[in-house]
Amino acid sequence: MASTFEQVADIIADTCDIERDRITPESHAIKDLGIDSLDFLDIAFAIDKAFGIKMPLEQWTQEVNDGKVSTEEYFVLGNLCKHIDQLREAKPA
Amino acid sequence: MLLEYFQMVDRIEAIDPAADTIRTVCNVPTQSPVFMGHFPGFPRLPGALMIETMAQTGGWLVLARLKFVKMPFLTRVESAKLRRFVEPGEILNGEATLVHDGSGFAVIEAVISTGGQKVASAEIRYVVGPFPNDTIRGAMIFKAREIGFPEDRLHAE
Repeated sequence: MASTFEQVADIIADTCDIERDRITPESHAIKDLGIDSLDFLDIAFAIDKAFGIKMPLEQWTQEVNDGKVSTEEYFVLGNLCKHIDQLREAKPA
Repeated sequence: MLLEYFQMVDRIEAIDPAADTIRTVCNVPTQSPVFMGHFPGFPRLPGALMIETMAQTGGWLVLARLKFVKMPFLTRVESAKLRRFVEPGEILNGEATLVHDGSGFAVIEAVISTGGQKVASAEIRYVVGPFPNDTIRGAMIFKAREIGFPEDRLHAE
């Protein structure tokens, strides 16, 4: 079974028409891949569907805006995948 | 419908935010300045306004779920199909179902039909955010009451 990162990378490549080889766990969605907020919503929709979760984007955005965390916490793909895995584990069986 | 003002939905026939569905009625006017240009001698509802009708039908459903705390703004129209012409005076029935309630966005599937015949369909996405100001929020609530929006969905508890 594909890892969370592999699935997320495939989603990003497909949604944003980005070469799959450019996408690594260290990639920053905005700074490195040039993904804008509208594309990120499409990615979020695809991730929510693929993993059966609801990524709390509004909460994450608020945390970044409040200076509690840096954008790297949610936009570096390796970190994003850790948060996705946490949401999957917290999902009711 | 008041096409010049982009008021597409005349009446909410049924809304069930718990079941994530809505049905609307949209009466295409017999006369409108829009028909003078679209098209001269062959008046038909523009396809862009069919899409707007679906977007507004779904938008009212999202507003019902949000209880007017936030507002949906159209961001994407996916897989739109405009199946046939719509003439002045036709009555359109709108239907929308929530596909996904995301954090800061929503996705619906919408259909408009007339006489049981499907006219158009699309998947529509919205970003959900604060009302830009009190004027637009007040106008939306006023319009909601006018078209039969359930009172218990106008305000958050």
